[in-house]
Amino acid sequence: MIKFEQVSKTYPGGQNALSKVSFHVEQGEMAFLTGHSGAGKSTLLKLISIMERPTVGNVLINGHNLSNITRKQIAYIRRDIGMIFQSHQLLMDKSVFDNVSLPMVIEGHTRKTIAKRVDAALEMVGLKDKARNLPITLSGGEQQRVGIARAVVNRPPLLLADEPTGNLDPKLSMEIIRLFEDFNQAGVSVFIATHDLGLIARMKYRTLTLKQGRMITDGLSDSAEDGYL
Amino acid sequence: MSILFKGRQQGASSKKVGPLQRLFMFFTDHLRQAVNSLGELYRAPFASLMTIGVLGFSLTLPSTLYILVKNTEQISAQWQQASEISLFLHSNVSEANAQQLMTRLSVWDEIADLTFVPADEALEEFQRISGLGDALNYLNENPLPDVVLVVPTSKHATPTAAAKLLDKLRKEREVEIGKLDIEWLERLYALLDIAKELVYLLAVLLFFAVVLIIGNTIRLNILNRRSEILVMKLVGATDAFIQRPFLYTGFWFGLLGGVMAWLTVSIILWWIGMSLETFMQLYQVQLDITGMDLEAFGIMLALSIGLGLMGSMISVNRHVKEIEPE
Ligand SMILES: Nc1ncnc2c1ncn2[C@@H]1O[C@H](COP(=O)(O)OP(=O)(O)OP(=O)(O)O)[C@@H](O)[C@H]1O
Ligand SMILES: [Mg+2]
Repeated sequence: MIKFEQVSKTYPGGQNALSKVSFHVEQGEMAFLTGHSGAGKSTLLKLISIMERPTVGNVLINGHNLSNITRKQIAYIRRDIGMIFQSHQLLMDKSVFDNVSLPMVIEGHTRKTIAKRVDAALEMVGLKDKARNLPITLSGGEQQRVGIARAVVNRPPLLLADEPTGNLDPKLSMEIIRLFEDFNQAGVSVFIATHDLGLIARMKYRTLTLKQGRMITDGLSDSAEDGYL
Repeated sequence: MSILFKGRQQGASSKKVGPLQRLFMFFTDHLRQAVNSLGELYRAPFASLMTIGVLGFSLTLPSTLYILVKNTEQISAQWQQASEISLFLHSNVSEANAQQLMTRLSVWDEIADLTFVPADEALEEFQRISGLGDALNYLNENPLPDVVLVVPTSKHATPTAAAKLLDKLRKEREVEIGKLDIEWLERLYALLDIAKELVYLLAVLLFFAVVLIIGNTIRLNILNRRSEILVMKLVGATDAFIQRPFLYTGFWFGLLGGVMAWLTVSIILWWIGMSLETFMQLYQVQLDITGMDLEAFGIMLALSIGLGLMGSMISVNRHVKEIEPE
């Protein structure tokens, strides 16, 4: 599903964010990406959603090399990837419903389909009764869940999350991870960047660890800890 | 259709939507966005009115001048029909010869009216207006020639046609001098041509300014909604989709500015017409300022909408592309 081949990324300032990273996350897999702050987690995710382009190497999604994707095609690529951001990226002056429906509106669905799918997505994240609220009136965890609903509303085959549990307490974090597990059960490939090792430790998932831009471990979560420390 | 995932449907191309319904959706979508953009203008009435005002007034000036120039042209065309050619005959031409000339000329197609003014009559009139009175009696001979006044038909009254007619008349053997008083008309025409050029120049400059102003207004709108555009790009909006509401804003600016310009021009012309009327009554000239008809309205609206769209397109092409998520 996601394949990196010897990918390096150097930012214009000369900052070496990723060096020769290679890995492959299979279709239907759920995997975590960890590492210290500044290790290159966000950079790696941005290469998948084409917010950045690799300096060297290839990124492939479902066998398609992203270096062949033109600027005009990027929008269509992003419709296949549900993205969840640490800083939710919600529209604060639009209702929860409008926020979640945005990807559907962009794709030009009928109003009926939109209403149905948005309801279903909000139901899944447990915010059905808050559809008419503005995001500002919601708690941090609820806002994060609005972001998740928006990411899954058009049923993408791939979910990317950058620190989805950033400021949440352990119980809420776990709830959100359970949500991702549900989507994964439904066949969606899920790739989550987080430095919340405690969270990962409680589960047995494949964990990729970055250190100063290098991939140092790739395995089940309990073995990740050694490399991280 | 998805690029990455074969068989995955994106958006309205999915199964149940037929081509007819898609067309219907296309129109309702656009209508909704157009109305939304209008709503945006309404929510910031002061800023919107300023932009619409700039557009409206910028169109008003060249439109008014253009219509005035056009009308002056029409009026002068009426005057010109009254223009006369004076033929001064040789002094040795007898009265009978002069009458012969009159008969010959009377069958010319180009001529509408002929008047013979004998030398004696001319002298009498000269005596009367000049105030020289009896002093002229001391002349032993009338120095004035016989004169034939020729009025060309309206078709032959334009400066070039009348000049041609004059040349033809000069070839008559009785005619010593032919004179056509159209120099002032030619000057007026030249002036009107210059005026027209100036109006065009002014229009081009003002239109250019309008495009820049609209472009800048839209640029500010885009920057104001920067965070919204970022989010839209993150969830897969194309540039075209993001641009559309701003293009509609430009369209509305154009439409409303055009309506405003038309109203202002109508009021100005009505006002000029009022003050001209009293003046014209003195000269018993019928004068209606024409040109503010449905056609003019259509042209002004089209121009105005065109300018609004152009301004927003330039802005949108530059600035929507610039906003990229990092
Ligand atoms: N736009 C940019 N321009 C230049 N350097 C950048 C840019 N974005 C990130 N970097 C640098 O690249 C490195 C990796 O950054 P990145 O954001 O990927 O780290 P991260 O693992 O997501 O960290 P965190 O856990 O704090 O979010 C950092 O050293 C950072 O300073
Ligand atoms: Mg990060």
